[in-house]
Amino acid sequence: MTNEPVILTRALAKSYGNLAAARDLNLSVARNRITAFLGRNGAGKSTTIKMLLGMTRPTAGSGTVLGKQITNTTESCELRRRVAYVAEDKPLYGYMTVEQTIRFASSFYTDWRRDVEQKLVCDFELPLHRKVKMLSKGMRTKLALLLAFARRPDLLILDEPSEGLDPVGIEYLLQVLVALSAEGVSVFFSSHQIGEVERVADHVCILDKGCLLMDTSLDQLRQFYRRVDLVFSAPPPEREFRISGVQRIETSGRQMCVFASENAEAVVERAHDLNAVSVEVAPVGLRDIFLETVRET
Amino acid sequence: MFFKLIPTTGQPLYLQLMQQIRHAAETGALRDGDQLPGIRTLAEKLVVSPNTIAKAYSELEHEGLLELRQGSGAFVCVKRRTRFLADQVHMARRRIRDLIERLRDDGLLDQEIRRAFEAELLYPPEIVTKR
Repeated sequence: MTNEPVILTRALAKSYGNLAAARDLNLSVARNRITAFLGRNGAGKSTTIKMLLGMTRPTAGSGTVLGKQITNTTESCELRRRVAYVAEDKPLYGYMTVEQTIRFASSFYTDWRRDVEQKLVCDFELPLHRKVKMLSKGMRTKLALLLAFARRPDLLILDEPSEGLDPVGIEYLLQVLVALSAEGVSVFFSSHQIGEVERVADHVCILDKGCLLMDTSLDQLRQFYRRVDLVFSAPPPEREFRISGVQRIETSGRQMCVFASENAEAVVERAHDLNAVSVEVAPVGLRDIFLETVRET
Repeated sequence: MFFKLIPTTGQPLYLQLMQQIRHAAETGALRDGDQLPGIRTLAEKLVVSPNTIAKAYSELEHEGLLELRQGSGAFVCVKRRTRFLADQVHMARRRIRDLIERLRDDGLLDQEIRRAFEAELLYPPEIVTKR
């Protein structure tokens, strides 16, 4: 195993007419990690994933997946053999039954794992003889996930895998992700479920309006991101707190709230030097970090 | 063994796991020679990334509290130092309890005491000694 990233893009961009769906993306997704891809609706997540898999052509820039050029037709074909992908809209043939769908899909892959397939049919409680068009949204998602999980890919790319799943289904999904990761599969998934991302992801990328705004490990976020609430006896001097690591300052009367992505101890020290009456430090959850990140632009 | 990792506490999950294993060894819940679950098993049970477990195990191996054997898992090795640390932690707890009791007598609410601790812990060690 090399340490080469499983996904690497350089200034990757995609425009639809005047609309820039992705701009200047420099994405690097590490091997053997679970990486979450966050962003608001329309931030460009699905467009990015489609470019990676050769389903849409980039307007500019380049990229590799598992070391293969995404814009080279032959290499794109090679990389797709080693990537399992679940699309956002979970396209399946409505006229097939669940069992027919599984047999149909498995016939394409030499790396199909019957044992995993059978376990998932059981865990997901999939009705084998029901037609796909009669399935609920959650069941469709489960079937689409099964078709990806039952292979032995090097990289798993999932576009909103938990959409439509109930809490029990989400728990199974996360357990499967963890198990595959333990077997050495790299995972890259987009999601709006911050709670699940916060639990299983090693790394998080945040995309907004086509730009990559954050690319960091969750350990890093947990360790350094802090909210410091301060109270002063007179209106506080905001500019004293414009130091490295401080993302945003909000002042209201004698109160001040400082969001710091690092360097919180310097904020506290400064507050003491300026005779703050009260200093409170609290960790910031991924939800708030996300909201902070996408509000800036 | 029961472990509980909380994603929102502002502490990396691997550090939480390390502390809980260390604590279990200090209290005697884990004894010398006890075996911990494999990385994959524990990752699936806690539903966290296997890297979290792997990092905690390898750091604890570095500290000498765990011995990782290829293919057969992680084993606890409790040395004398661990027990000494347990006594120290025990004493520290008593002192903290006394201090908290006094602060409560002064009329501070638990929430306020907790925040004060949080804020003071953020001071790097050298600043504390300068005072």
